[in-house]
Amino acid sequence: MPEQKVVETDYLLLEAPRERKFITGSQAMAEAVKRANVDIAIAYPITPQSETMHLVGDLWAQGYLKDYYRAEEEYGAMSAIAGAVRGGARAFTATSGPGLLRGLEAIASWPGHRIPAVLGVLTRVVNAPLSIQPDNVEISYLMNCGMVVLHAENQQDVFDFTLASFAISEMVDVYLPIAVCTEGFFVTHAKGYVNMTPEDMKLPPRDPYKAPVPPTDCEIPPARIQRDAPVQKSNFMSYLIHQVWQQEVWSSNMRAMKYIYKYLNGPIEVINPDAEVFVAASGCAAAQAREAVRYAQMEGLNVGLLKIKSIVPFPSKEVRETLKNAKAIIVPEHNIVGWLAKEIKANIPNSDNVIGRPRVYGGMTLPVELIMDEIYAALGIKKDKTVLV
Amino acid sequence: MISQPARKRLNIRMPALGGQGAVTAAHIIATAADYEGYYAVSNPFFGAEKRMAPAESYARIGIEPIYDRGEVVYPDIIMVFHHHVITMGKSYTMPFYSGIKRDGIIIINTDEELLKPEDYKKLESINVKVLNFPATKIAIDIAGTELSTNMAMIGVLFGATQIVGLPAIEEGIKSRFMKKFVASGGTASLDSALERKFKKKLELIEKNLNTAREAFNMALEWAKENGISPMLPPAPMKKQEPVQA
Repeated sequence: MPEQKVVETDYLLLEAPRERKFITGSQAMAEAVKRANVDIAIAYPITPQSETMHLVGDLWAQGYLKDYYRAEEEYGAMSAIAGAVRGGARAFTATSGPGLLRGLEAIASWPGHRIPAVLGVLTRVVNAPLSIQPDNVEISYLMNCGMVVLHAENQQDVFDFTLASFAISEMVDVYLPIAVCTEGFFVTHAKGYVNMTPEDMKLPPRDPYKAPVPPTDCEIPPARIQRDAPVQKSNFMSYLIHQVWQQEVWSSNMRAMKYIYKYLNGPIEVINPDAEVFVAASGCAAAQAREAVRYAQMEGLNVGLLKIKSIVPFPSKEVRETLKNAKAIIVPEHNIVGWLAKEIKANIPNSDNVIGRPRVYGGMTLPVELIMDEIYAALGIKKDKTVLV
Repeated sequence: MISQPARKRLNIRMPALGGQGAVTAAHIIATAADYEGYYAVSNPFFGAEKRMAPAESYARIGIEPIYDRGEVVYPDIIMVFHHHVITMGKSYTMPFYSGIKRDGIIIINTDEELLKPEDYKKLESINVKVLNFPATKIAIDIAGTELSTNMAMIGVLFGATQIVGLPAIEEGIKSRFMKKFVASGGTASLDSALERKFKKKLELIEKNLNTAREAFNMALEWAKENGISPMLPPAPMKKQEPVQA
């Protein structure tokens, strides 16, 4: 392991030189952890998993992390992460599908306990029937607990989002956990190009006293509300305390947006802002949408891409503005419920223009041809079947 | 009729059985293509990793950035690693060549004919060429183990398609065995077993390189005999010459 020097957060995220590597998504996540001055990682190797935590274990063996251990199971892993972070450590873990749901009770309590941890979510199918492929329905289970949820399109996003998340989650006016989600297999197991900062530079260490709530002080919240639960006082007290506390959690969540602008170039990416038809997508579906938009433009069609990087907080204003003149909005997704289509519908005035197709689930591939079919239909073009790439 | 624009990308589908190294092959193929100066993406898709169960991996190589992910539905090249893919239907798609594009190539690891006349009729109608290639036999002859079958398959792919040369193939193989990347968690234990078998890692790399080289030359000869020209335009990002083995 090279000697790592601490550099300023802004320098590492925005200015440091970068070198291009050809690596898998799991490697990209581990490379971000390597540069994030992480104290501890805890994992449970449930199936399905990715190689991410295996690679982070290698980082510990090389000396990049102070501690690493295998928890008894996912609930234990997620609870231990909360304990480590409250104790002042910077902590990381990653999980997938059924493992995420097993740990969800603990994860959903992180925002209320003000735990700025980073969680890798490498999506797999949620049972049943059993499949272990990259369906991303599990992201919808994270959307209402108060944590920040980012959705990475490719290996580059995985590196950038993970590294930036350590900085954003610990901002005093945010101080919440961040889930960096991406599709299993399609990104975690596949190799792509990643421009990475030098491995001998790392983020400043966590300063646990730079916090809106004091760490490990049992006399005041958040530790106090665990030791001495408000519901033991009276129902009335517990309503009030829960209300003000959760209001603050969600306000903090909204405040993450300004750092998403600063470090991730904003919560959305738009290609062809004057398009007649938009393909709006997140994660791996955005890669398929990007391919479709490229082919549509080659055919002279006025089609644009709206890639949504931040699922929570949702960029309502930006999405409304981008889609204000769109005749049709095609939302391809890797899940059956269409959580992104629902979110977009809820945020624009004319939700009838949203076409919640194509959807594939069970982890199936999303062929570009399916998106093209929707583009042709939206533009009223009749076409023979085309093989694109 | 399916229309098809000029080829800017080779989509490669590799139906195999668990344990044959198709996932490793996909990573090496993409890495070699990257060394050659193409854009490349590898994508394994192996389900519940069981030996002898159907496993499939994919690689995409092109002259422009590639965003497309996941299974290759419309391949230009299909590489069948094991005869069970055809004879026992251990394939994600039926028939195994479903979706093959016009002017494509099918490479089958076999020393006997596995396709029926009606298969050939269909494939010839879209000018798809079939190369029956004894990759396992060559692996045993040269490397002394059938575990090098995937190396022979990598060689035959690039010999037949003529897009990536031997120096880049060698870089791809070395980058795998010099631990620049691992293909999967189980690969580490497989590696230690392999190392015991070959005594020395360098000897292992050399044998794998020789296997790939022999297969490359045989396939190149086949491609020339069959009038197959290089299947992609030259690489857009030619790098400095890789170091020779």
